[in-house]
Amino acid sequence: MRSLVNRVGVAAVAASALIPASVHAAAVEGAVQKQATNFSAIVMFLIFVLATLGITYWAARRTKSAKDFYAAGGGITGFQNGLAIAGDYMSAASFLGIAGLVYTSGFDGLIFSVGWLVGWPIILFLVAERLRNLGKYTFADVASYRFQQTPMRTMAACGSLATVTFYLIAQMVGAGKLIQLLFGMDYLWAVVIVGVLMIAYVTFGGMLATTWVQIIKAVLLLSGASFMAFAVLAKFGFSPEAMFSTAVQVHPKATAIMAPGALITDPISAISLGMALMFGTAGLPHILMRFFTVSDAREARKSVFYATGFIGYFYILTFIIGFGAIVLLLAPDATGAYPFLDAAKLAAAGGKPNPAMIIGGSNMAAIHTAHAVGGDLFFGFISAVAFATILAVVAGLTLAGASAVSHDLYASVIARGRASEHDEIRVSKITTVVIGIVSIFLGIAFENQNVAFMVGLAFVIAASANFPVLLMSMFWGRMTTRGAVLGGWIGLISSVTLLILGPTVWKSVLGNPAAIFPYDNPGAFTIPLSFLAIWFFSITDNSKAAQDEREAYKAQYIRSQTGLGAEGASAH
Amino acid sequence: MKENAQRILANPKFQELVQKRSAFAWTLSIAMLVIYFGFILLVAFGKGFLGTPIGNGVTTWGIPVGLFTIISAFVLTGIYVHRANGEFDELNRQIMEESK
Repeated sequence: MRSLVNRVGVAAVAASALIPASVHAAAVEGAVQKQATNFSAIVMFLIFVLATLGITYWAARRTKSAKDFYAAGGGITGFQNGLAIAGDYMSAASFLGIAGLVYTSGFDGLIFSVGWLVGWPIILFLVAERLRNLGKYTFADVASYRFQQTPMRTMAACGSLATVTFYLIAQMVGAGKLIQLLFGMDYLWAVVIVGVLMIAYVTFGGMLATTWVQIIKAVLLLSGASFMAFAVLAKFGFSPEAMFSTAVQVHPKATAIMAPGALITDPISAISLGMALMFGTAGLPHILMRFFTVSDAREARKSVFYATGFIGYFYILTFIIGFGAIVLLLAPDATGAYPFLDAAKLAAAGGKPNPAMIIGGSNMAAIHTAHAVGGDLFFGFISAVAFATILAVVAGLTLAGASAVSHDLYASVIARGRASEHDEIRVSKITTVVIGIVSIFLGIAFENQNVAFMVGLAFVIAASANFPVLLMSMFWGRMTTRGAVLGGWIGLISSVTLLILGPTVWKSVLGNPAAIFPYDNPGAFTIPLSFLAIWFFSITDNSKAAQDEREAYKAQYIRSQTGLGAEGASAH
Repeated sequence: MKENAQRILANPKFQELVQKRSAFAWTLSIAMLVIYFGFILLVAFGKGFLGTPIGNGVTTWGIPVGLFTIISAFVLTGIYVHRANGEFDELNRQIMEESK
């Protein structure tokens, strides 16, 4: 008898299906039991760990200045950064979660994939080059460019830390659960290993090591997923029509899997979800930080182009893999058996297969498909890639969190710009260790909680607090410190409050009978609210400081447009 | 630096660059928003259309529409990068050269 995700977890998936959390962090749902030890996966994972630690050693010897530590010396190429961005963005949960969603609901999976992709062109058109021209290490550099440093940096750092913390908790708990399921390792050990490795990558190798860990992981994930999609399509003579037609025959929902289903019902939910996905991406601190690792605006643009290509390609692959899971897992094998479905449940249903019978829950759909198309060795490979993916994402998040503390709070707010570069890096490294240890404890504390909503929370905060301030600081010359700070805080507080009062947390997590706020995703309300607050508190601000800030826009504008005086790459 | 800035502001090429590039960036942004929210509204209101099979097969219109949205995101970024890294960067280079 192999282990199963419990029914509570499955119900939670269904209840929170409307927010991005349920897919991005879908792997974290419910309690799971340990699997038999998976040796081929462990060996392949060890190879990955050794290789990345080797890179960290190499990176540590090249990381000397603050610019090296935060931005890899600005010497990453557009293509490399494109892969690293894709690596940051293609989390294990989005790989397993979207494939699992396609496996259970078909077409609906595509709706989420599309939502996660379309933020990227907007980042390119409106944000990327201005960000690169104005900033140094963090997005707060850009948001606070011509404003009072203390209130702006404090607000931006709090937005960053809130986003990073919620994202990190979901990743840590997801890592523990997934590793338990894939490797047969204890939850505690899994969380500790992730925490320790991420501290090692970030403290010793800084952004350079983090970037290369992302690149390697992105290449592994893209190759593994390409092989799976290729193998699935090869079974149908490369005819998607033949694959869809078999899928419709074996899936209990039949032709309904080829059309939008129950996931998105009313237009407000649909638009709210779309806004949070689209603008949240443009407000994630660990993603924005990646733009400072390239030499100039030109390379920054190229990186988004490559990243959009890789991410779009990856989502098409996960769609094919999800359908592969339907045709391979829900149809009998050569002996007439269903090796990936729970035998007891199958027998109870009179031998009629159903996607919910899958061993380990729907997030295992992609993993089982790997087993079905590539045998034990490939199954081990994909499991190891899933672990590597979590490590890489967690390292990127930690570096973003540490930078918010050392560069924004310590160097600008506490030391008021008088900290030496050496001190700043030291604070950053200490913070990394603290974040690592805290996330191990949070991972343990939240082991049995449903934390899926936390990724949704991270996206809504990023879209409602970080994104409006960042965008307006670059585009609107009349913004003042007062408007930006109040707008940012209002976006942060309103999004957290409405998410807690919404169905996912108020009803599903806290167990109240009915939600106070009717929508899972408050983005459609909180994003405009934040913009409105920035506008209102800026135009009514007639202080002397406000006048000076408006005057300073001209110089900022020239730099943002031309790159005059922008940070270059370091010489070595 | 300050004098540079004055010269850049006075340079008609700077006005040209800013105008062309923002117009282009906003046009492409609006194109992306229209495509994406068009897709989302089809999901919310046009389920019937997205679920209609193409010809006699089982593949529905939803599949090419979804793929189109994904590919359009990539193509739009390609179009922007092509023009920005060519025409706009050249113009920018001239402006920086003339401001020295």
